[in-house]
Amino acid sequence: MRVGVITFPGTLDDRDAARAVVVGGAEAVSLWHGDADLKNVDAVILPGGFSYGDYLRCGAISRFAPVMQLVIDAANKGMPVLGICNGFQVLCESHLLPGALTRNADLHFLCRAQEIEITNNQTAWTSSFQQGEKVVIPLKNMEGAFQCDDQTLAMLEGEGRVIARYVGENPNGSRNLIAGITNAKGNVVGLMPHPEHAIDELTGPSAQGLGFFTSILNAMVK
Amino acid sequence: MAKIVVDVMLKPEILDPQGNAVASALPRLGFTFATSVRQGKRFEIEIDGEPTPAQLAEVEKAAEVLLSNPVIENYVVRVEK
Repeated sequence: MRVGVITFPGTLDDRDAARAVVVGGAEAVSLWHGDADLKNVDAVILPGGFSYGDYLRCGAISRFAPVMQLVIDAANKGMPVLGICNGFQVLCESHLLPGALTRNADLHFLCRAQEIEITNNQTAWTSSFQQGEKVVIPLKNMEGAFQCDDQTLAMLEGEGRVIARYVGENPNGSRNLIAGITNAKGNVVGLMPHPEHAIDELTGPSAQGLGFFTSILNAMVK
Repeated sequence: MAKIVVDVMLKPEILDPQGNAVASALPRLGFTFATSVRQGKRFEIEIDGEPTPAQLAEVEKAAEVLLSNPVIENYVVRVEK
């Protein structure tokens, strides 16, 4: 199975994401923002960082990158797509996911180990977890507060589309402690914290992030 | 040459931590007039000649698609004299 990892100008976490894909058991395929070809990948990861310098709004310019037009089409046809941190922001700007990510409520850049609860293990990227499982992975962002209108929030909650929630105090002002959401089909997932930095206890707060990368193999086997 | 200005503001219901930080900095400097501050973005777009209705419609479209995120922001397009 081939998992594409996109590099935009300003992306930071593409190497870690690619390594997590490999440790998870799939083949990592590098994709460039200017590519007009998805290189026959079965799934795509939009990694964290500061694509296009976060100019205008986080993810606002990346949305119009040539490779994103292909990703948007493929995602609408059911291809699994995971956006982490800046990737989550790109997915919201692309309207593949509802809502938006805004400045952390306390204005501080956050960088810490964060406990989250997996609240939907039925998606392409969360099936390796138990429902309600708690994992500790890094949270590092400036614009991490998930915002949407009341109607959208009610829809996300009513349809079980919140896939992960922060445990304990709200770190960034996200509505309903939302750390990650999915689309109606469950193939597109956006997640603010970083599972790709938690695949090895030597370098991360845990190895529990690996579940996101093994889940995608389950999705393909089905 | 004309200048078209697009002002983009967070919607009233969206928390604006930057505006709040400015609002709390003002009284520390002795400025006590503000009950609230909201921070936004301003785009100044120059075009040749006076804008036609069709050009203004294009700017409106660009404001909706690129310059603002309608999920969290409102925008206003005006021609500056």
